[in-house]
Amino acid sequence: MTNTLTVTAPDGLPFIDFVREFDAPVVAVFRAHKEPDLIKQWLGPRGYDMEVERYDFVTGGGYRYIHRPPEGGQYAFRGVFHVVRENEFAIQTFEFEGYPDVVSIESMTFEDLGDGRTRLSGHAVYPTLEARDGMVASGMENGMREGYEQLEELVTR
Amino acid sequence: MKTDAPHDDDMLDSAFMALADPVRRRIIARLSRGSATVNELAEPFAISKQAVSKHIHVLEHAQLVTRTRDAQRRPVHLDAATLEALTAWIDGYRLIHEQQFRSLDALLAGGAANAAPSATTPSETRDKSGTRKPKTHKKEQKQ
Repeated sequence: MTNTLTVTAPDGLPFIDFVREFDAPVVAVFRAHKEPDLIKQWLGPRGYDMEVERYDFVTGGGYRYIHRPPEGGQYAFRGVFHVVRENEFAIQTFEFEGYPDVVSIESMTFEDLGDGRTRLSGHAVYPTLEARDGMVASGMENGMREGYEQLEELVTR
Repeated sequence: MKTDAPHDDDMLDSAFMALADPVRRRIIARLSRGSATVNELAEPFAISKQAVSKHIHVLEHAQLVTRTRDAQRRPVHLDAATLEALTAWIDGYRLIHEQQFRSLDALLAGGAANAAPSATTPSETRDKSGTRKPKTHKKEQKQ
């Protein structure tokens, strides 16, 4: 069974929250966020090439990675890790270089649920509502039929 | 896709800015079911037709919609190409989340993340025993 991803973007506040559980111990989920070799295996759209230029998941570290879709082009993302506490918690900045200077601050909480299960919760704060909505508008609103179709493909696969 | 042209970033910017407004998103939603006139688009809103025209102008400027001369009707259409560019971007950003986490599921199920720390992380992460090893130097990775 697939674990459900819950994403919420409250009205009037420039936040996005997500919650997702994993059938794996917290140590493993954390390690999958820490090691560049593992990051490359999941942090990117399927079929895209992912180049990790830098990924230093420690307090004061930073990252930059580039997604390359098969049809060409590239999407680069970068930020810094403000704090990283092993198997517990991290705060990072996030910027899509194609949308420069719009930087979100994202916290992630790794929670041990026992029985080899983990809950991952994320909270992202954007500089303005417009920035948040601009970043996620189409994927989350009813406007983008194509977006939903893709989402549906994903969730029914 | 001609993604490295600066023009594309501008286009995405203006498209996302255009979509940062709830009325315009609803207009796009309506147009995804088929072309419509300004009158038809204005119907569900408690705002003037002029205001709706302005919104359409913003969408037109962002190349999200086009208008054709069809006698007086001048219907508004969605521009599929721009939407494709947007969904490509969404692919690269938001919808990824679900896909990412499914990939992460697969990775975790495969046990790769449980295995001994890979060569990329030195002793620092060997903390399963509960004893915190003093932090040794991370790999020097200055750019």
